[in-house]
Amino acid sequence: MNDLLVLGDEALALGAIDAGLSVAYGYPGTPSTEIIEYLQKYSQEHDPDLIARWCANEKTSYEGAVGVSYAGKRALVTMKHVGLNVAADAFVNSALLEINGGLVAAVCDDPGMHSSQNEQDSRFYADFAGIICLEPKNHQEAYDMTREAFAISEKFKIPVLVKLVTRLSHSRAVIKRAEPLKKTDNGKASDRLGWMALPSLSRKNWQSLLEQQKYFKEYSEKSSFNSLILHKDFREYGVITTGLGGNYFRENISDLDYVPSQLHIGVYPVPEEKIKKLASAVKKIIVIEEGYPFVERMITSILSISLPVHGKLDGTVPPSGELTPDNVRPALGLAKRASQKFSDETLPGRPPQLCQGCPHTDTFTALNNAVAHLSEHIVTSDIGCYALGALPPLSAIETLLCMGASVGMARGASEAGRKNVVATIGDSTFLHSGITGLIDAASTNTDMTLIIMDNSTTAMTGMQDTIVSSPRIKEIVLACGVSPDHLKEIKVLPKNDKENTEIIKQEISYHGLSVIIALRECIHIIGKKK
Amino acid sequence: MNKKNTYDIILSGVGGQGVLTVAAVISRAAIKEGFTIRQSEVHGMSQRGGAVVAHMRLSRSEIVSDLIPKGNADFILSMEPLESLRYVEYLKPDGKLITASKPYMNIPDYPEIQEILDKIQALPHSTVIDAEHLAKEAGSSRAVNMVLVGALAKELPLQDESLKAAVEDLFSRKGERVVEINLNAIVQGKNAG
Repeated sequence: MNDLLVLGDEALALGAIDAGLSVAYGYPGTPSTEIIEYLQKYSQEHDPDLIARWCANEKTSYEGAVGVSYAGKRALVTMKHVGLNVAADAFVNSALLEINGGLVAAVCDDPGMHSSQNEQDSRFYADFAGIICLEPKNHQEAYDMTREAFAISEKFKIPVLVKLVTRLSHSRAVIKRAEPLKKTDNGKASDRLGWMALPSLSRKNWQSLLEQQKYFKEYSEKSSFNSLILHKDFREYGVITTGLGGNYFRENISDLDYVPSQLHIGVYPVPEEKIKKLASAVKKIIVIEEGYPFVERMITSILSISLPVHGKLDGTVPPSGELTPDNVRPALGLAKRASQKFSDETLPGRPPQLCQGCPHTDTFTALNNAVAHLSEHIVTSDIGCYALGALPPLSAIETLLCMGASVGMARGASEAGRKNVVATIGDSTFLHSGITGLIDAASTNTDMTLIIMDNSTTAMTGMQDTIVSSPRIKEIVLACGVSPDHLKEIKVLPKNDKENTEIIKQEISYHGLSVIIALRECIHIIGKKK
Repeated sequence: MNKKNTYDIILSGVGGQGVLTVAAVISRAAIKEGFTIRQSEVHGMSQRGGAVVAHMRLSRSEIVSDLIPKGNADFILSMEPLESLRYVEYLKPDGKLITASKPYMNIPDYPEIQEILDKIQALPHSTVIDAEHLAKEAGSSRAVNMVLVGALAKELPLQDESLKAAVEDLFSRKGERVVEINLNAIVQGKNAG
């Protein structure tokens, strides 16, 4: 059919569309954002019946998708890897439900932390929940596996996790689409006993999930995405690859004197029989896997024979960062390729920074001025463009943990007895999970100042609309229990710096909870509207 | 124009300079010429004024890795001199570096520009192009990235018609004048160096 040049994220989105997707929910997060963006564009241009929406956070997204499944239709939920931490309650428990309409979670990991605070590996979550995980190594597999994920979700009545990584999410290649399926409707789930996580029912459903494991293993064992290529004339070592590790291994094959036997794993639970077969044909195993040493840690318990296993655990393969065609070479006994060099390789770095004219710069400038003469102060911050306020010359923030943490951490620091505690958070992150922290702080009128840096968009991930427009954020703050006397709005512009500094100073000096909404649109959405 | 089967190209610059647009034009044209392509991009945090790099691979056969191995790139095409040097170890021993001459100074410790240009000229094969001047000649200083497309395109087996079609695909919604300026800029780039 069509040949299309697409990002890995878009290949996954197309796979979902062609599997008869009805509804997709997600929260923006690099590198997963382009999945929903593609679906929204597709819906506008080709299929108004396809629903694709941004939600408040990953948990509400996931719960929405579970509701679609209960109602009988196919649902996709998208997020970055750390977003699955937020959605984990819904995700893990949904494995115990009797999934009706196909439910697929597309989770994009970020090894190398290009745009994230950690490089956690989502395969552990799938294993933890006891479900099937599919891990494409290229665009065509992202498309094919997503289609298949919906089918096996309905076959086994479980959610299925499709794991991408940044390098695939944000790389472009041509894929071939297969015949699209029409949207399916299984009707509302027929048996409510499969949909209530009551202890008495969950005990049965957990037992049934455990019994199903052998069928998941059987499926994995038979899957052509788990491919074993044996070269019986070369026994010195064999290779197990996962994810993009498989590509980097193949990229180097032409430099090897002998091509070793290779098992590539793209479907989990791990294909134990195939691992045993590989092990019986070689003297040692080298594991090249993108992410944590997930397979590597399992091998010894799978094998009945003792065989040396080398990989990330013993440093044969770099244990942190993303794999590359270069850093897997030592594991294969290969030297660096010849390349060019220049004499002096010390170049100054060029880290990302706040854009020229960014409203956050003005907010941080006013905040820095306001706290400059205080004997002590704490400024917590959060996930978004404003995290770049950590860098000189602003150096305005002290902490960064996870979405929404600025608010809770400020409360804790204040209750621990520290003075002049300020939390800084963006509008989208506040809506994501700052609100609950604010309710906590309001319940005790904690002495702290929350600055909501409202630029009317989700900027870091590429200007997705926030789900609540700016004027209504004020109403939400008041509804959380903040005193109207200590809710201030400031317009952040360089010319207002003096006035804004004064307002921030005043609210910091107030012994109770204050909220300051620092308003100005992101310069990029002003450009977009023109 | 030579007849190799595979071209590995590193595209570099600073977030916001239009590296991805360069990649989009080249890859569209290459697909029209029957190449398989792979184009690894940077989205997210680095796009905020940080160093960005895209790996672009064109091949007549299957491409397995999204990333170009070090020592494998035929070309580095850079929007900016300092950024061009950041990826020199990706170049093949006989690979070529092509860069625009104008520095993008958004960091306090940007080295003396002459030092940077000297290092570039000390490489076995390099071309430094006054892309800003040529873009103005073409009709707009904003067409710097298309001048660079031209400078690279003349090294690749890409027909003018394919480049033209790629530019039209990408820019026709912005109007005829933009298409014309971009096509002029590609010609300027081809004639430079």
